[in-house]
Amino acid sequence: MTQPLAPPPKKNPARRTPVPTLPPAIRSRAALGLALAAAQGRFQLQTCTDCGAVQYPPRDACHRCLSTALVWQDQPRGAQLLAETTIHASPDPYFRERLPWRAGTVQLDAGPVALAHIHGDVARGARTRTALMLDRAGQGVLVALPEQETPHMQDDPALRAMGTHPSHRRILITDARAPEAPALTRALLDAGAAHVFLGLAERWRPFPAQPTLEAMKNVTLHPLDVTDADSVIDLAGSIGGKVDILINNARHIRPGGVITGTIHDASDALQKGALGLMRLAHAFGPALSARGADGVNSAAAWVTVLPAQSLAHDPGFAASTAAGAATRALSLSLRAELRAGGIRVLHVHAGPIDDDWHQPLPPPKLAPNALARAIVQGLEQGLEEVHAGDVARDIAERFAQNPALLAREMEGGA
Amino acid sequence: MTPLATLTEALASGRVRVIDLTHTLDPDFPVIVLPAEFGQCARFRMDEVSAYDHRGPAWKWHNLSMSEHTGTHFDAPIHWVTGRDVAKGSTDAIDPAAFVGPVCVIDCAQGAAENEDFILEPAHIAAWEAEHGPIPPGAWVLMRTDWSHRHGAAYLNLKDDGAHSPGPSPAAIRALLARGITGFGTECVGTDAGQAAHFDPPYPAHALLHGAGKYGLQCLRNLDQLPPRGAVLICPPLKIKGGTGSPLRVLALVEETP
Repeated sequence: MTQPLAPPPKKNPARRTPVPTLPPAIRSRAALGLALAAAQGRFQLQTCTDCGAVQYPPRDACHRCLSTALVWQDQPRGAQLLAETTIHASPDPYFRERLPWRAGTVQLDAGPVALAHIHGDVARGARTRTALMLDRAGQGVLVALPEQETPHMQDDPALRAMGTHPSHRRILITDARAPEAPALTRALLDAGAAHVFLGLAERWRPFPAQPTLEAMKNVTLHPLDVTDADSVIDLAGSIGGKVDILINNARHIRPGGVITGTIHDASDALQKGALGLMRLAHAFGPALSARGADGVNSAAAWVTVLPAQSLAHDPGFAASTAAGAATRALSLSLRAELRAGGIRVLHVHAGPIDDDWHQPLPPPKLAPNALARAIVQGLEQGLEEVHAGDVARDIAERFAQNPALLAREMEGGA
Repeated sequence: MTPLATLTEALASGRVRVIDLTHTLDPDFPVIVLPAEFGQCARFRMDEVSAYDHRGPAWKWHNLSMSEHTGTHFDAPIHWVTGRDVAKGSTDAIDPAAFVGPVCVIDCAQGAAENEDFILEPAHIAAWEAEHGPIPPGAWVLMRTDWSHRHGAAYLNLKDDGAHSPGPSPAAIRALLARGITGFGTECVGTDAGQAAHFDPPYPAHALLHGAGKYGLQCLRNLDQLPPRGAVLICPPLKIKGGTGSPLRVLALVEETP
């Protein structure tokens, strides 16, 4: 039985904050495929297209026929625990700080025998459900989970060490005015978040959701406009040391092509999206990076909400999707920078949301509630890439198959 | 003594005081909000270029961005469609003599306190003149409402049917134009009332005023420190090529009563 995590006590201000350490991060190019699958919560293994062998660990050639025609394919998650041990001593700084640690071998239903991290609720010799998960270094690792859900299983020390679960964490949502903000706030609190800070730009404009949000327990509204460096610095100066997860949902979506759109909207989209991300990173990034190992409620994740079309373009929303692409590019660089602190950068690609700016478009459109759920599930599962809604999933699949073909198809819009 | 020597002596002795009628340029100061599908007024923004650091070891400076119509600002005739053909109608072309002149302050503070949609009418102008004498040609006329004492959401006072804030009626603007004024100014975010879209013509303090080649000032403050008449207004906008307006520092010279 997993012991449920207790709310962390107040931090002892006299003690030095532990410097984040990372598990071993060096991988071969072939092995990075594990991280790509883990980033999306998929269970994929290398498969030989010539002889059909499934192999683990990943290599440059098939272990059975030496073919190099290897692809990553989804595989059954079932496995049998063969052997397990609990490690009490390690020369590795990361694991030394987290001992004891359970590890073992599993016979995968997909074929190979693999070394895996073992969840505490998996009994000796039991059937298990294997998952590919990202560890603190951002690498894909195998984890043997209980076959069925067990109480508080997300509180297992190994999962907590790897993951970005919102429980007990303090979370900043940068744009309270975004359509998903109220639902997202509720979903985070339901997932056990200790506190939700909401950034509210331009308090001098009406904000109908304000009374609802202010009435919620453990929710506070703060002045924040990601287009204004001073407001970002002011808020970071106030709460930067206790933001464990930052959800940047500030974005500026307006219809219009390159010829028919306005420079003004394009500028606003870049200021709010791409440059807003940089301002937030300047102000909040250092404290996040420094707090990656700060106990139960360590800093854990940065979430960037992007338009699904940021993977390609949408001629009907040219500037907005270009700004989305610029934001994605910056966020990918930010992912590399925050990695050293053990902070995960989660990209949530949102399909056209059911709001004023997509009103004349036909369904399917993404309900704000659905986007909120997708963000929280991405954090609970420790993912890096989430595609929320049918349109976003469709674009992602086509992008994975052939980006040039997707670009051609997008000429007709998403 | 020459007139200017008299003035500088009075400034030095404190018999003439300088009043600042300007709000601080602040990123969080409200700007006018238009229907969402229109282009919007840019907020005031400062981006630090260096601050005695590796980006410039001994100096601090910022890049600024804003609309011509952000903060305490000046409206030139070409700001409005009715003034598009006014000769010398942009901020760089206006005769600078227009930027210094006598100022008349019509106190509407009580009316605005009682009614957020208070409208300045010709009757109020006539009553003011009955007490203080005729508005002289070339004067700036400022509508004091004490609206500048409001902050945040109460300043724009936006509701589902639009903004609610005081301003002049079309007849009042016509009455001021008949007196040959130079310009008209208010404490609200615009020279027109919040509900002026429903007037005939809509937005008279823009449509009529700028159509007649006159100027506007808005987001003023400290009008409660000005006498009804006798003060001098100083309001030069930035010399922007083809500028439709400009943030500016607005000052008033006021004689101290001995």
